[in-house]
Amino acid sequence: MKNVFSRRQMGIPYGVFLAFFVAAPLIVLFYYAFTNGSGQFTLNNLKNFFVDPNTMGTLCYSIVLAVTVTLVCLVIAYPVAYILAGSALKRKGVILMLFVLPMWINFTLRITALKEILSLIEGNLAFHPFLNTVIGMTYDFLPFMILPLYTTLSRLDSSLIEAAGDLGADSFQTFIKVIFPLSIPGIVSGVSMVFLPAMTNYVVLDMLYNSTYIMGSLIGSYFSAYDWHNGSMIALILLFIIGIVAVVSEGNDTENTGRGLV
Amino acid sequence: MAEKAENIIELKHITKVYSDNGFKAVDDFNLEVKRGEFVTFLGPSGCGKTTTLRMIAGFELPSSGEILLDGRDIAHLPANKRPINTVFQRYALFPHMNIYENIAFGLKLKKLPKEEIRKKVKHVLAMVDLEGFEDRKIATLSGGQQQRIAIARALVNEPEILMLDEPLGALDLKMRKEMQLELKNMHDQLGITFIYVTHDQEEALTMSDKIVVLSEGKIQQIGTPEDIYNEPKNAFVADFIGESNIFKGIMTGHMKVRFCGGEFTGMDDVPEGTLVDVVVRPEDVIITAPQDGTVAGVVTSVIFKGMHYEVAVESGKYEIIIRTTKCYAVGDEVGICLEPDGIHVMLAEDHTTSFVTTINSDYTLDFNGKVIRCDLTKVVPKSKMKDNALIDENGETVDISKLKVQVSIQPDDIEMSDEAEAGLVSGEIINLIYKGDHYSYVVRTEYGYDLIVDDEYLWNMNDKVSLVMPEDKMKFQLKK
Repeated sequence: MKNVFSRRQMGIPYGVFLAFFVAAPLIVLFYYAFTNGSGQFTLNNLKNFFVDPNTMGTLCYSIVLAVTVTLVCLVIAYPVAYILAGSALKRKGVILMLFVLPMWINFTLRITALKEILSLIEGNLAFHPFLNTVIGMTYDFLPFMILPLYTTLSRLDSSLIEAAGDLGADSFQTFIKVIFPLSIPGIVSGVSMVFLPAMTNYVVLDMLYNSTYIMGSLIGSYFSAYDWHNGSMIALILLFIIGIVAVVSEGNDTENTGRGLV
Repeated sequence: MAEKAENIIELKHITKVYSDNGFKAVDDFNLEVKRGEFVTFLGPSGCGKTTTLRMIAGFELPSSGEILLDGRDIAHLPANKRPINTVFQRYALFPHMNIYENIAFGLKLKKLPKEEIRKKVKHVLAMVDLEGFEDRKIATLSGGQQQRIAIARALVNEPEILMLDEPLGALDLKMRKEMQLELKNMHDQLGITFIYVTHDQEEALTMSDKIVVLSEGKIQQIGTPEDIYNEPKNAFVADFIGESNIFKGIMTGHMKVRFCGGEFTGMDDVPEGTLVDVVVRPEDVIITAPQDGTVAGVVTSVIFKGMHYEVAVESGKYEIIIRTTKCYAVGDEVGICLEPDGIHVMLAEDHTTSFVTTINSDYTLDFNGKVIRCDLTKVVPKSKMKDNALIDENGETVDISKLKVQVSIQPDDIEMSDEAEAGLVSGEIINLIYKGDHYSYVVRTEYGYDLIVDDEYLWNMNDKVSLVMPEDKMKFQLKK
């Protein structure tokens, strides 16, 4: 049968999609970020970002929050993934699914429920705003940390663990010298899957904190005040930060998987 | 410590049953290994050789039995406390470390001074011909080089026993031959004990001082390579080690044995009338003119194998494989004779299948829900049927609920069918041996038992078969 469309022709719709929905918005974003109200080129928006205590404070707060959430997720997820990956349980898939299952329930519903529970325990959410946000985000992002860790750890060649024992390492030394270093690719992808959304997710913060102390909501507040230029600049800087984080973790990831292909 | 025992390691009644599925991987394994010996565990996959190695290395615990190292039971000692190092099947080199770090792994754990570690790593790298490779990454090495690093990593710890789990399996043929010789040389130089696992009989014959042939978790034979090859203990060993013709035979007189349609003189003194298995190596068969041979036959196929021809001769219903340097044509009529030392006679094992059944109220036998009809009056002594009830000699009804009947049947009376429900039990073919005019199959049944079935037709390994046992071929016996 004759092939009607070439590979190149079949790619056209996707090219159009990319042009309209990825490239064009980025160009618009750049345009607004480096212009002022009368359409002239300016670096003032960039300067404003670093001068305005509000934006810098929010950025620092977002980073502190995201780092805390990522660390808490890692500390909870690693043992879970490690135990599940190593267990001979036939039903470990079910247990794993139980951890992932909340993701299938509507996000707002989950956070609303959590809000009610936390209010019941604490009386008033305003007493522990930071703690509540960390709890909410951990609850939300934990599966994204467990899954890559579980995948990495369950693919770990068990003969490597046996080899370490064979060469005289006890189980603690085996963990420190073999299992942990080999699970770094899983840690990296788990961290990037939790850290980046934690930087920008504002629904959790909004509902558990009633504040706009996070980058996502800050941008939103600029745009709703019709200050598109400063809003665009913040979005661009955030894109830049995320880009750096992604490139760094990507590089780490490929290096390790490359070594892992033995 | 007192003077070291001659045996470095002894396995006593080692049995391994996997708790999750009840599979008996190793069954009553007894072995003594002398200091400095090169011992090979040889057998097909699933025979328990790797499980045994893993128990000696400490990766698995035996269900019962003792592993004595210098007279001390180490069966439950963790792997890191045993003076044993292993070369793994797929090398198991640490991918996140370079070669130096891999080899130094064990030495660093022992907290040896840095300078000493460096010296030892250098020395052992020289031994495996990879000087100067310290800083290379594992991924940059070829399979053969990784193999050498794995050996170096084990040897640098100066173990008392080096375990090798099919270490050459992933290498190509030429590389494998080279490594075989190198390993043998290393063994001779170092003088430490090697325990080697392989399924390659040629590898085992080339390298070992002592071979342990395993099948289905049981030791079939222990001996030197020559012993194993020349005097196989049973049909399995003969079939597994080298090519062989295996026939069913019967002793017809002093050192005389009848098989393959002729009477031959052998060297094994077995009482007259004994049923035997006879092994004839293809290179021991002599082809003569048709009238000069003990038996005559027709050439049915000729295959050129480089060093020799492999000729198949059909004589009556038997087929004999012969290795010869002369070329024959298909259809040639030839005679076949054998020198006495070319005939290896082994006692035939009793392969009768027997199982126990209960009696149903309608006087049929029950075997796991399947019904077997049987004339109980011939089984229960002095009984007869009266008014549809089984009565004994005193005229009283026999209490059949207390009776059990043992049913037995010969391997050649069992028929195999590929219809799952056709027979009494179903199972999977896990082994087969050609015996001249028929195949002998080992079938593992759904209940986990192995039984022997003889069939003239060829089935494949792992075929699912249902075993039809004709009731007229069964023997019934009352079991108290």
